[in-house]
Amino acid sequence: MSDKLISKIPEGPLEQKWTKRKSEIHLVSPNNKRKLEIIVVGTGLGGASAAASLGELGYNVKIFCISDSPRRAHSIAAQGGINAAKNYQNDNDSVYRLFYDTIKGGDYRSREANVYRLAEVSAAIIDQCVAQGIPFAREYGGYLANRSFGGVQVSRTFYARGQTGQQLLLGAYASLNKEIAAGTVKAYPRHEMLDLVLVNGQAKGIIARNLVTGQLERFGAHAVVIATGGYGNTYFLSTNAMNSNGSAALQCYKKGAYFANPCFAQIHPTCIPVHGDQQCKLTLMSESLRNDGRIWVPKKLEDVEKLRKHQIKPSQIAEEDRDYYLERRYPAFGNLVPRDVASRAAKERCDAGFGVNETGKAVFLDFADAINRLGHKRVAERYGNLFEMYEKITASSPWEEPMMIYPAIHYTMGGIWVDYDLQTTIPGLYAIGEANFSDHGGNRLGASALMQGLADGYFILPITIGDYLSKKFAEPKTDVNTKEFIEAEKAVQERIDRLFAINGTKTVDSIHKKLGNIMWDYVGMARDEKGLKKAIKDIQELKEDFYKNVKVPGSQYEFNQELEKALRLEDFFEIGELMARDALNREESCGGHFRVESQTEEGEAKRDDEHFMYVAAWEYKGEGVEPELHKEPLKYEFIEVKTRNYKE
Amino acid sequence: MEFNLKIWRQKNAKAKGHFETYHIEGIEEDASFLEMLDILNEQLIREGCDPVAVERGCQSSGPVSFDHDCREGICGACSLYIDGRAHGPDDHVTTCQLFMRHFKNGATITVEPFRSAAFPVIKDLVVDRRAFDKILQAGGFISVRTGSAQDANNILIPHDKAEESMDAAACVGCGACVATCKNGSAMLFVAARVSSLALLPQGRPEAARRAKAMVAKMDELGFGNCTNTRACEMECPKGISVSHIARLNREFLKAKFSD
Repeated sequence: MSDKLISKIPEGPLEQKWTKRKSEIHLVSPNNKRKLEIIVVGTGLGGASAAASLGELGYNVKIFCISDSPRRAHSIAAQGGINAAKNYQNDNDSVYRLFYDTIKGGDYRSREANVYRLAEVSAAIIDQCVAQGIPFAREYGGYLANRSFGGVQVSRTFYARGQTGQQLLLGAYASLNKEIAAGTVKAYPRHEMLDLVLVNGQAKGIIARNLVTGQLERFGAHAVVIATGGYGNTYFLSTNAMNSNGSAALQCYKKGAYFANPCFAQIHPTCIPVHGDQQCKLTLMSESLRNDGRIWVPKKLEDVEKLRKHQIKPSQIAEEDRDYYLERRYPAFGNLVPRDVASRAAKERCDAGFGVNETGKAVFLDFADAINRLGHKRVAERYGNLFEMYEKITASSPWEEPMMIYPAIHYTMGGIWVDYDLQTTIPGLYAIGEANFSDHGGNRLGASALMQGLADGYFILPITIGDYLSKKFAEPKTDVNTKEFIEAEKAVQERIDRLFAINGTKTVDSIHKKLGNIMWDYVGMARDEKGLKKAIKDIQELKEDFYKNVKVPGSQYEFNQELEKALRLEDFFEIGELMARDALNREESCGGHFRVESQTEEGEAKRDDEHFMYVAAWEYKGEGVEPELHKEPLKYEFIEVKTRNYKE
Repeated sequence: MEFNLKIWRQKNAKAKGHFETYHIEGIEEDASFLEMLDILNEQLIREGCDPVAVERGCQSSGPVSFDHDCREGICGACSLYIDGRAHGPDDHVTTCQLFMRHFKNGATITVEPFRSAAFPVIKDLVVDRRAFDKILQAGGFISVRTGSAQDANNILIPHDKAEESMDAAACVGCGACVATCKNGSAMLFVAARVSSLALLPQGRPEAARRAKAMVAKMDELGFGNCTNTRACEMECPKGISVSHIARLNREFLKAKFSD
């Protein structure tokens, strides 16, 4: 184990750890907070909530985002809900149960202490959000409503129709606006971080490109927080927003931050299937739909044939000729099994020839029973906007015929390695939300991403960062005219110059699509040694092709979206290769990572706790050099490690 | 499908803009409008590097810049004015959720940026909507510090009130209301926020200050006045009702009278 991988998990009973850590953390007095500057990169749930909370505490915060407004961050697209251990339903929920479900859902590859803390602060998030005026769904008595999500047997998910992420983000953004108005936070929209600047090994600032003028700008601070989300767009087609990228995280990795469990990517079972090769983006249909929707394919191949030829409608297939395969295989959880399990089961049926559309890559999600049971009005209240969205995209109405869905890349559990304080292996550099690796292990449960982003941003980082900053208040403001900043800016300039100099004939997107195909075919839902080795080789070749033949039109000093994409694609190559390398190393099936070599006779994922119960943290060793693997062993002191079972 | 695309090109905020027309073919019916623009851009980049195309008179203004992100109709980034309508000919969608099946094969489609004095063009179809952020910074929030909140169920909100608040809170901040209003008014945008918060007990303590401050900021930033044409409601991708403007007016007047 590397001497840098010190997780700083407090000693003592599980439920005392966070309290204990908080009591040890040094405080920064209000007059000293005013002297300290913090850079936050990213304005999603994590970044916006962190910046707002840090501003409230009196720090000077600079917040950066690539879009025209902080409100556009991709957290906005989260649909279904946010988990919290409130036990408002009296269904025997508790902090422990949320903790347990999350650890189990993550296939025992996350830290007990981190996950327990997440469950512990979850209730306060809901309180905070309601106080901000977020219009969560209500019962007729005026109390908050809940629904269930995959991988759990209680109803602990709070929601605002199918727009929960939007409402939570607008809440965090409103708090951010409050602080911008108060002058504690300064926002830099349309700015993209292109490098992290270290001074004496500590994170002291960033180099960002002003996306309107194209100028490179230097920003200094006493600490830097990365909240830039995940790297799902490595696959080109994903449910991520088009501009979501892994570049900030990758630049930190290149500056010495370890990157943990890169191969843990979540494939979401309920996305609208790919319709053709002109597509650039996949659309998610919320997991909440699995509360009331039933997933099936026909039992008979001849029905499949007729469906593909449009000779029959799905509703014409008799009940006894339908295979509700999740209910059949996993009776205890049925349609609400976790995402990785549901995705693999869909792939299994489609690989066996039962895919229900022309491409053979789709299954049904059917609401006929729910509409009969609950009536049109209640179904519309729960899912109305999702039904509308589905109909707009596919020109087919879920009120009449079942939806067609298929798995797609959605979220990345891996990310920058952080300790219990959310600090990376670089002092003064923190990572929160999807950008870090810490809470979801091998698979994230539905409605937990929003919870984690806000837990980190509102309640954890603002406290833990104080411990580091308490030693920094005597330091003057970071000077951005030192050689460290000048050199970092020069390196970014060289990167940009190199891209324009290629002047080839291939577009950035055409090469990114190829990277996506490599990733989906070999680092997707089923991975094996041969394929992963091929993926590494293919990515390296594609990268060479890129550096010989890419065309970046226009110039640096203008609004130039092609340049933005090219810079991000450079980083996706590195991330893709790192994912493949990590997947190759992890010779077990675990959560979203399914190694074909490691499965049970029934085709279920087979974990190997003896050899792989660790966090794989990768250290960058230089261009063209293999990264070094460090292992942080995972210890389970408070929970019994079991084989995941959603059958009984 | 094939189309002629008449697209607004403008190098930067200071440059004079003009229309350029491009021909595009091989578009699938199920492709979205923005996917069609992606394909056009691929074509323009390729033509830009092909000497033959340049010889043929290819103007090579390069790919068309346009704002977009989530492509699910929720982030509010996309913003095109298509054939004279904000977000194009389909109702209650953002441009990213507009599909080519809504156009006639062979049609000429005119694409412009959202035009408003308060939304200056940055490049081509990209406009600067920071004025919206500034309006919200003037008061579009509830002043609660992290950690101050009481238990969520201590604040009871009748189901229908929460739903009505949610109707207003669905605003994605795209600016279609401003672009479509003959006065360039941001009333629907401001009303959506004011109304969403005014409907909730948590929002009441600051309701008067909020309404006054946001309206003042809107006026200051160069947005026009509301003359009740209801065009904004027609073009709002989220179908936000002008009844929220009525509530804003009520809140505003109430605040003014109590001054």
